[in-house]
Order: sequence, then structure tokens, then C-alpha cells
Amino acid sequence: MSTTSAPREDFDETPIARRSTANGFWRRARRSPTFIAGASITGMIVLLALLAPVISPYAPDHQDLYNILSGFSHKHLLGTDQLGRDELSRLLWAARTDLQVGFIAVIFPFLFGSLLGTLTGYFGGWFDNIVMRVVDVVIAFPFYVFVIGLVFVVGEGTKGIYIAFAVVDWVIYARAVRSTTLVVRESDYVAAARGGGLTNVRILWRHVLPNTITQAVVYVMNDIVLAIVAVVTLGYLGLGIQPPTPDWGSMISDGQPFLTTRWELATLPGIAVALTGLGLSLLGDGLADALRPQS
Amino acid sequence: MARYIAGRLAAAVLVVFGVSVVTFLFLHLEPGSAARTLLGEHATPRAIAALQREWGLNASLPSQFVRYINGIIHGNLGTSYIYQIPTSRLIGERIGLTAALVGLAALFAVVMTVPLATLAAAKKDQFADHVVRGLSVLGLGFPSFWFGIVLIEIFSVHLHVLPVGGIGSGFGGYLESLLLPAITAAIGIVPILVRSLRVGMIEILDAEFVATARAKGLREIFVLFSIVARNALIPTVTLLGLNIAYLIGSTVIVEQVFDLNGLGSLLLSSILNRDFPVVQAVTIVLGTSVVLINLVTDLLAARLDPRIRLR
Repeated sequence: MSTTSAPREDFDETPIARRSTANGFWRRARRSPTFIAGASITGMIVLLALLAPVISPYAPDHQDLYNILSGFSHKHLLGTDQLGRDELSRLLWAARTDLQVGFIAVIFPFLFGSLLGTLTGYFGGWFDNIVMRVVDVVIAFPFYVFVIGLVFVVGEGTKGIYIAFAVVDWVIYARAVRSTTLVVRESDYVAAARGGGLTNVRILWRHVLPNTITQAVVYVMNDIVLAIVAVVTLGYLGLGIQPPTPDWGSMISDGQPFLTTRWELATLPGIAVALTGLGLSLLGDGLADALRPQS
Repeated sequence: MARYIAGRLAAAVLVVFGVSVVTFLFLHLEPGSAARTLLGEHATPRAIAALQREWGLNASLPSQFVRYINGIIHGNLGTSYIYQIPTSRLIGERIGLTAALVGLAALFAVVMTVPLATLAAAKKDQFADHVVRGLSVLGLGFPSFWFGIVLIEIFSVHLHVLPVGGIGSGFGGYLESLLLPAITAAIGIVPILVRSLRVGMIEILDAEFVATARAKGLREIFVLFSIVARNALIPTVTLLGLNIAYLIGSTVIVEQVFDLNGLGSLLLSSILNRDFPVVQAVTIVLGTSVVLINLVTDLLAARLDPRIRLR
């Protein structure tokens, strides 16, 4: 910082939007019923998943061969499946697997997509053009067809899910962040930062990204829901998490043949997925409310 | 308008080409597995090599690509390894069912979305709005195939009014067996559609022409369904176009739940059999239909609303 045109070190570069949201965030979050409900449901499910080894009555692969398809009973609160495994224990253990895979699957798309969206939106030009055409191609594929095709190449199981998500899911972040970046790029404070002689890297990092990333952060919650639903769907098709690891999807497909006698086997895992999805979606909506200063 | 059509058409052709390239590259990342799967674990390397040669997999990747693109242009999508018949015939036998399913599901999606979104927008921040929004949040979170299983449980197992799966005979039976699958597929996109359309409707409700209509003393029900709904038609069509990819993708799973022999079940069984050409062809057909549907909805929207093509 030897030249006089360089920005002074004590200059507060924190964008206005972030300065005001940082203080107001928790105040607004506490007053949002959506946020409270979402955080409570999600928190409860995550806690149950973490505590699965402690609170589940049986090991997830323990077979009680004298009580196959037992139905609700004192010994097995939610009954047993066709192999005599305790449904409640499997539900809890499956929560561990599915939540973990869902959370991990969105990390790369979030980081890569947001970064690419910021860069393309800010710089534009041929780079933007190429990336957006690639986005068009990825979006043209029906989501599940693409994911199933990728799993076909990479192989079933968690590895296939991670790679499939990495390839497909970044486009949503790239698109969303790009469109907000286009707006932010034209704003007065970015023009001021540019006029002040800041480098592109610094403008992007301190002035553009903090204002565009909120949307991506809000979307992460919905995306985890999408990821968990995808994991469960692939599990149902036999292409996801492989047995004997418990997973809600394979539990649903295992239970489907017994719909007439033991309806709960296919129904309960679905309710577990729906509750998880509800919690995360509400949390996402609540975050959106809390991060938006004007609301 | 001609300029707009030309631009959209060129973009669509580019995307279809991209889809073909991506599909080709994916399936050639692991060229050995198809022959190995078909011949079994104990196949000799020579037998595998012979089969690869028969399928033309021994040629260089660029020359395979040229032949593949050439085939597509001439409408030749290759021959199934397993069934030994052209993939286009396999697809032809099954595409009708999938198309009927997608069409019916899209219809159900609109029939469910428009009233719900209208209600929520008209009663913004009131009880009905909260119920609709709550339902759509709940709907986003559950796997739609599971909802299909619940529907089977209710309507087929307990009430015995609809078939558990498979396809019925005659036109009535055909429609009857597509009813639950189409509802299941529709449910997958209705929450997204309702959320977006509700926002669009609220904007329209604030527009001046709606205020004018109200000031003229028109009844609220007429304002909602004739003036607001008509203006909401364009965003609905566009939204449906944007979500058609997801809808088509979910029919793969819905077909599995209801044991229907469409393109989705063909795709899945071909994946399990490592039947390359079929996986490739089905993916391209589905991807291309998405592009075509999007093209049609875009052009339709531009026809209905001149502002779009001027953008």
C-alpha cells in the first residue's frame, strides 16, 4: 500500500447490506415463526440422528427371526420388517445416513456454482457465454434421467450420488447467483469501489459476494431437501445407498410388497422424509425472511 | 417475431447437440463394462474384445463419435445389445405410454395449481394463504413416489376403486390405470408451481387494470377468474415448461412404482443390463423432448405476450 490511490486500511469495506443484517438477523429470526418452527424440527431430527447409536433399541441389522413382520408391539414399538429388523431402529439409523449424504452432496455444488455464478455475472463476455450454454445443456436433461445415467457410469452407492450431484446441481446456484451479481455489478457501491481503484478480486470478495451469497445460502436448505429426496429415490430404485446400510428409500421399497398387511413399513420412512423436508424448507424460508432487512 | 423464433431455434439445436455430446461422453467413460456384463464374470478377454469389435467400440473415440452423430442425424439410434433390435423400435413401443403419462400429469398439475395459487394470492396473509403455503412447503419435502405408494394404499388396497399397477385394457382401462400415476407425478411439481404462480398472481392483483376492473364494480369472482387468471396464464405456461424436465424425470420413478412399461422402466432395466445404446437413445429422446417442449412454451408465451420477444 505505498501508492496514495490505494484504499486506506482502516476503511470499513463491509457492505451496508451486511452491516445492517448482521445485527438485525437474530432479532428478526427470533420473531419469525417460520424460522423457529423450521429450526426446531430440523434440530430435533438432527439430534435424533446423532443419538441413534444411543437411543435406538436394537442394532439396525439385528434380526429377530421369531418376530418377522410383527406389527406394533411392546418389544418392537414400530414393528419389524420382512427380515425381523426393528423398524424404529432402522428409521433412526437411516436418518443418520440420509442426512449425512444429503448435507455432503450439496457442498460442492454450492461452492462451485456460487463461485461460477459470481464470476460469470461480474465479468460477462465469452466466459459467461460458454458457461451459460453448458448450464442450458445440463438443465435440458430431466433431473432424474441425468442422475440415474451418471450413477450408471460411476456406480451405485454414495460415491455415485456425490458425483451425480456435483455434475448436475451446481447449475442452479450458478444461475441464481449470476442473476443477482448482474444487478449488484451495476450498483453505485461497486462503481465506487471500482473508482477507488480496488482490484477485481477485492471488489468481488468484499463487495459483490456478501450481497449475492445470501440467496445461495437460503437455497442450500431447499437443496438439501432435494438431495435427501434424491438419495431416498435412488435408494428406492436400488441405485442409491446399498444394503445393509439402512436408508429410508430402500426401506420404502422393502415395505411396498407388504402394503396390504403391514402398511407402516413403507409409510413411516416416507413420513420421516417428509418431516425432514418440512423442517429444512421452513428453515430456508425463515432464513430468507431474517436475512431480508426490509421484511 | 421471426428474429425471436430464429434465435430460440438456434439455441435449441445447440442444446440438443450438447445433450448428445454429453450423453455420448458419459457412456463411453467405461467402455468395457457392457461386454463384461453380457458375457458374464468368466468371459475371456478375447471374447470381450470380439464383442467390442462387433459393437464398434474398438474404434477411436472421435471416429465413434462421428458415426454416432451421423446415426442420430439419420434417425438411427443404434441397436440394443440385449434385445438385438433397433432402439428406435423399443422406444416407439413405449413412448406413447410415457407421453400420455406426462401429458395427463401436466394437465393435473395445472388443474391443481391454478385454483390453489389464485386462492392464496387473493387471500394473501390470511388463513387460506397460510394453509396453501404450508401444504406447498410440505409437498416440496416428500418424495413423490412415496405419495404414489400412499395413493395405492388408499385407493387400490383399501377402497378397491383403482388398479394397483400395470395398464388396463380399452381406452377406459388405459385412462383408469394412468390416473394415480399422473396424480403422483403432478404432485411432484405442484408445490413449486403454486409458490411461483402465487407470487405472479399477487403482482397482477396489484396491477392498475385490476384496480380499474374493481372500480367498474365488477364482481370479485369475475375479476379473479376472468381478468387475473387470464393474465396469469402466460407465467403458468412458462413455469410448466421450465418444470417439464423435472416432470419427465420423475415419470421414470412413477413408472417403477406403478409397474408401467414406459420409457422410464426401459431406461432403468437397460441401466441394470448395461445396455448402452438403449440408455443412450432414451436419454437423448427424453432430453430432446424437454428442449422441444421448452421451445414450444417459449414461442407460445411470445405469441401471447409481445413484451417477451422484445426483451
